[in-house]
Formats: sequence, structure tokens, C-alpha cells
Amino acid sequence: MNSSYRTPLARARGLGSAKEGVGHFIQQRVTAIALVILVPWFVVSAALAVPAGYDGAVEWMAKPWNAIALILLAAAAFFHMRLGMQVVIEDYIHKHGMKQALLILNAFVAISLFAATAMSVLKVWIGS
Amino acid sequence: MASTNTGDSRPLSPHLQVWKFHATMLASIMHRMTGVGLYVGSVLLAAWIVSAATGPEAYEAVLGVMLHPVGQVFLFLWTLAVTYHFANGIRHLLWDGPKVGFSPKVASAWSVFNFVFAIAASAGIWALAYYA
Repeated sequence: MNSSYRTPLARARGLGSAKEGVGHFIQQRVTAIALVILVPWFVVSAALAVPAGYDGAVEWMAKPWNAIALILLAAAAFFHMRLGMQVVIEDYIHKHGMKQALLILNAFVAISLFAATAMSVLKVWIGS
Repeated sequence: MASTNTGDSRPLSPHLQVWKFHATMLASIMHRMTGVGLYVGSVLLAAWIVSAATGPEAYEAVLGVMLHPVGQVFLFLWTLAVTYHFANGIRHLLWDGPKVGFSPKVASAWSVFNFVFAIAASAGIWALAYYA
């Protein structure tokens, strides 16, 4: 691509027109790579654990490797989810105040869901 | 859509009205739609994990919602969204990383494959949950 429209200072800063650089882009993809590994494990593992009822689910969640993978999955998924929704909000909501409010709500939802699931997995794991 | 400003090589924003419908376009739209759907669906999934930590009554309550016919329909749509977003997401990673599959023919065929994969993989996961 022809980058001659950018000033040398803009190029050196490397932040682009959105003023945030490629951080978002990279994070979205790195969490995606983590999810390529974690999601198939979760879907198959959970599909097998669900029919076993409450005891089966707790027993499954209390296994150390499952607990670790679940917390990693929650971290990657909720982070990836937040980044994705951020782009959707930025694309469609143009009123500044509303956009800021939704971006904050998006952060709160994603981080709250992570805190709730991670704590729950820890509780089941420690309690068993 | 070609630039009428001679000497200006900056890309033009495409007009939505002149886009012919094609599979890759549908794949892109569906990627975003399933992404938003998964965001909503993740709340149910978080509820399932939290309920397991809360106790048998809470767990049965969440399971009751999931096993209700309406819950089952949403759960199946969620499975479709996961498998589709998964397959198409891998394509995005391959587009961004090794930069393969950009030719229109390959991109179209790959889009169709992702839809077929989502249906087949979802059927497989549900068969696993019901018969395993």
C-alpha cells in the first residue's frame, strides 16, 4: 500500500487514524488462536458432562485440568467477546455519549462474566 | 466504482447498493451476527457454570431452562453459531496470517464449506450429548 499520505511523525508513532495502533487487532487474533484450541475441548467435554447431572458436572469441573482449561477459556472467550462487541459498537453507534456508555457497559459485562465464572470454577475445584 | 480523480490512488468506499450478492459476503455478515449471538449466549453458559458452584437447586433450575424446548432451540442455535464462528474464524486467521484463500473461487467455496461444517459439526455435538 502507498503510505505516502502519512507524515513521518505519524508513521513513527504507528497509531493510525483510530489513535490506538494495532493492539486491538493483535489481541483479537491471539485470543482467537487460544479459542481454536479451547472451544473444541469445551464443546465436546461439556456435551459429555451435561447428561451426568449436577454430580457429574461438579465432578467434571473439579478435575484440575478441566478447571484450568475452563478458566483459560473464560479469559480468552470473554476478552475476545469484548473486543468483537467493541468493533460492532464503534461501527454502528455514532453518537459520542451513547458510544462511550455502551463501550463501558461492554467492558463491565465481559469482566463481570469472567469474574463470576472464574470464581465459580475455583469454588467447585477447592470445595471438592 | 473506479476513481474519477486521476492520480488519486486512495481506495474508495464501496457503495452498498452496487454489491452483487455472493457467498463470501454472506459469510462475513454471518460471522458478525454469530459473534453478537455468542455474546448473548455466553450469559447462559456463565449461568451454567455459576449454578454448578451455587448448588443442586440452582443447577437444576438452569438445566430446566436449557432442557425446555425453547431452551433447546436456543442451545442448538448457539451450537450452530459456535461451530460457524469457529470455522470462519480459522479462515480469518489464515487470511490474516499466511494470507491464503483470497481468490474469489476459493473464497466462495470456503464460505459454503463453513456453513456446511457448522451444520455437520452441530449435528455431531448433539448426537454426542444425546447418545454418548
